[in-house]
Amino acid sequence: MAKNKPEGYLTAKESRKISKENRRITNQFEKARKRKNVPESEYLTTMHDENNAVEFDNLHTYFFTDAGTVKSVDGVTFEVPIGKTVGVVGESGCGKSVTSLSLMQLIQRPQGQIVEGEIRLNLGDGKAYNITKTPNEKMMNLRGNYVSMIFQEPMTSLNPVFRIGEQLDEVISLHNGEGKSKEDIKKNTIQLLEMVGIANSEGVYRMYPHELSGGMRQRVMIAMALACSPKIIVADEPTTALDVTIQAQILDLLRTLKEKINSSIMLITHDLGVIAEMADYVVVMYAGRVVEKGTVHDIFSNPSHPYTIGLMASKPVVGKDVDRLYSIPGKVPNPINMPNYCYYKDRCEMCVSGCEGAYPEEISLSETHKVSCYRFYDGKGEK
Amino acid sequence: MRNYIIKRILISILILFSVTFIIYAILRCLPASYVETMAMQLSTAPGAKPYDEWIAQLNASYGLDKGIIAGYFVWLGDFAAGKFGDSWKFTVPVIEKFHDVIWLSFVMGAIAFILQLIIAIPLGIIAATKQYSKADYAITAGALIGISLPPFFFATLLKLVFAVKLQWFDVSGLVGRNFAQLNSWEQFMDKAHHLVLPIAALVITSIGALMRYTRTNMLEVLNADYIRTARAKGLSENKVIYKHAFRNTLIPLVTIIGGSLPGLFTGAQITETLFSIPGIGWTAYQAMIIGDIPFTMFYMTLIAVLTLASNLLTDILYAVVDPRVRIA
Repeated sequence: MAKNKPEGYLTAKESRKISKENRRITNQFEKARKRKNVPESEYLTTMHDENNAVEFDNLHTYFFTDAGTVKSVDGVTFEVPIGKTVGVVGESGCGKSVTSLSLMQLIQRPQGQIVEGEIRLNLGDGKAYNITKTPNEKMMNLRGNYVSMIFQEPMTSLNPVFRIGEQLDEVISLHNGEGKSKEDIKKNTIQLLEMVGIANSEGVYRMYPHELSGGMRQRVMIAMALACSPKIIVADEPTTALDVTIQAQILDLLRTLKEKINSSIMLITHDLGVIAEMADYVVVMYAGRVVEKGTVHDIFSNPSHPYTIGLMASKPVVGKDVDRLYSIPGKVPNPINMPNYCYYKDRCEMCVSGCEGAYPEEISLSETHKVSCYRFYDGKGEK
Repeated sequence: MRNYIIKRILISILILFSVTFIIYAILRCLPASYVETMAMQLSTAPGAKPYDEWIAQLNASYGLDKGIIAGYFVWLGDFAAGKFGDSWKFTVPVIEKFHDVIWLSFVMGAIAFILQLIIAIPLGIIAATKQYSKADYAITAGALIGISLPPFFFATLLKLVFAVKLQWFDVSGLVGRNFAQLNSWEQFMDKAHHLVLPIAALVITSIGALMRYTRTNMLEVLNADYIRTARAKGLSENKVIYKHAFRNTLIPLVTIIGGSLPGLFTGAQITETLFSIPGIGWTAYQAMIIGDIPFTMFYMTLIAVLTLASNLLTDILYAVVDPRVRIA
C-alpha cells in the first residue's frame, strides 16, 4: 500500500483514535466548564504585581483537531502593565490572536481549550480573576466591560442587519445601562461616535454597517470597544485591513483615547512600524512561544533572538537602498508535531552547538529584556 | 422601490403569457381527450350517430375545432375578460367548483405550513448550536428520514399503523360515517379528526428540508466575525443566537418560505388523493386525468400567478430582513 506517505498522512485507524482521544479530553474540559454556581474562590487569585493589568502565566491553549493536537499557544508568559501598551508581534499563525482570544475566553470551543496556565486579570482593589477558570456568567460581565477587543476585520465584524446605533446602545445598556433611559443611552452613543472622530454622528447612528467605509467601521468598532471604558483593550491587528492614511489616523485615535481613559492596550500586529510607534513593551512570539520580550527600546536597539533580528531585517527602512527585502528562509514548523528542540533552529542562520539540546529556557539579558536562545547561555549552551 | 415593483410586475405578465401558452399546448396534445372519450360513449348508445359525427359535433361545441394557437387566443381572451368557463367534468362553472374545494386545502396546507415552521426552525437552531452533539445527530437523522421518505409511502405507512392497526383514525375520507347526525361542533371535530393523518404526513415529509436549511445557515452565521463581536460585547449566549445570529439566518430562509406560499392554494395532490380529501389537489387531479381543459387551465394558471407573486413577495421580504438589498 502507500509506502511514501505524505507528511501528515493518517490512516483511518489513527484518525479514529485521535478523534476518540480528543473527545475524551474536550469532554473533560467542557464538563468542568459547564458546572453551575462555581464558587468564587476557585477563580479568585492575586496579581503577582499590582501594577499589572493582565498577567499571562505559562498559558497553554491547544486545539484538539482531527489531524492531531495543535499547540497554538504553548507556555506563553508576559504581562501588560496598567496604562501601558504592549505590542505582540510574530508572523501569521504564531499564536498572537489565540493568546488574545484566550484572554477574552472566545476560543472556539470545544476543540480549543486552555489546558494549562493562568491569565490573571486585575479588577482593582487587590482583587483578580484567573480567566482560565472563570465561569461563563462572570465572563459575560467582564467582556466588553473590563476587557474589550477590536478585531482585525472591520468589514465583517459588525452585524449587517442592525443599525450602528443599536449595536452600540447594546453594549452600553448591557454594562452601564442601569437607571438610564433610552435617550440617555443614545446621547452616550453619539458622544462615543464623536469621540472616535465621526463627524456626522447623528446620521451614522441611524446607518447600517454596509453604508460605511472600512475606516469608519473600524472607528465604530473602536467606539464599541471603548464604550464602557475598559481596563484592557485588545487590538487584534486593528489597522491590517485599512489603507495607510487611515491606519495612521486610527492609531493616533487609539493612543489619545487610551490616555483619556487610562487603560492598557494589548496591540497585536505583524507591522513593526506600528509597534515602534505605539508600544511601550514588545513581546515577540514564534510558533506559540515567546522568543523575546522587553521594552520597545530593548527590542529595537538590541534585537537578540535570531528571529527578531530576521524580522527587523525584513522591514523596509527609509533611506536604505536594497534590491530585495530580506526574508527569513524556510517556514514555520508543522504545528501538530513540534520538534523538541528550539522551534526556530531549522531556519536559524546563527546556530550554535547548544541548539541541538532541548527548547532553550528564558534568559535575562537585562532587567526588562528576556530571550530564549542558546546564543546567550554561558558557554554557548554546552552545559 | 415602486419602479422596481412595476418593472417586476410587467416582466411577470410576460412570463405568465408564455407559461399559459405552454400549458395550453401540452393540454391539447395530451392523449386523455375528454371529447374523444365522450364521443366514444355516445356512439355506443343504441341508434346513435357514428363516432366521427359525434366527435365533429363535440369538437365544435367545446371549441376544439380550432388549432392550438387560435384556441389559445380564444382561451386567453375569455380569461382576460374574466370568463373562466364551465368545468367539463364537474359541469359547474370553474370558479364555483374551485371555491367549493379550495378552503379545505388552504386550511390543511396552512396548518401543515405553520407546524412545519415552528418545528423545523427551532430544531435547526438547536442542531446548529450543539453541532456534533447527540442532539444534533438525532435531529439530523430524523430530518434525513423525513426527506428520504416519499409522501405516498409515508402516508401509507401512517395509515397502516394508525388507521388499520391502532384504529385511531379512519383510513380515508374527510367525514365519518355518521357525519349527518352530528351537530355543527361535532361535525367540525369530525373533520379535524380526519385531517390529523394527512397533516402529519405533510409536516413530517417536509420538515427535513427546512430544518437542514436552517442548520446550515445557522452554522455559517455562527462562524461569522460579527457573532464573535457580539460575544466580545459580553452578550449572553441566548442573545447572541436568538438576536444576532437568527436575524441573519432568516435572510435565506425567507426565500424558501416565500417559495412555498403558493403551495397553500394549490393543495397537496398526492396526500389529498391518498386520503381521498376533496381538496383542490384531489379535484385538480380528477380534472386532469379526464382532460378537463377549462378547470386544468384555471388551476395551472393560478399556480403560475401565485408562484410569480410569491417570488416578488420574497424579493420584497428580502429587503425587509436584509438592509443591504434595500433599493432607494
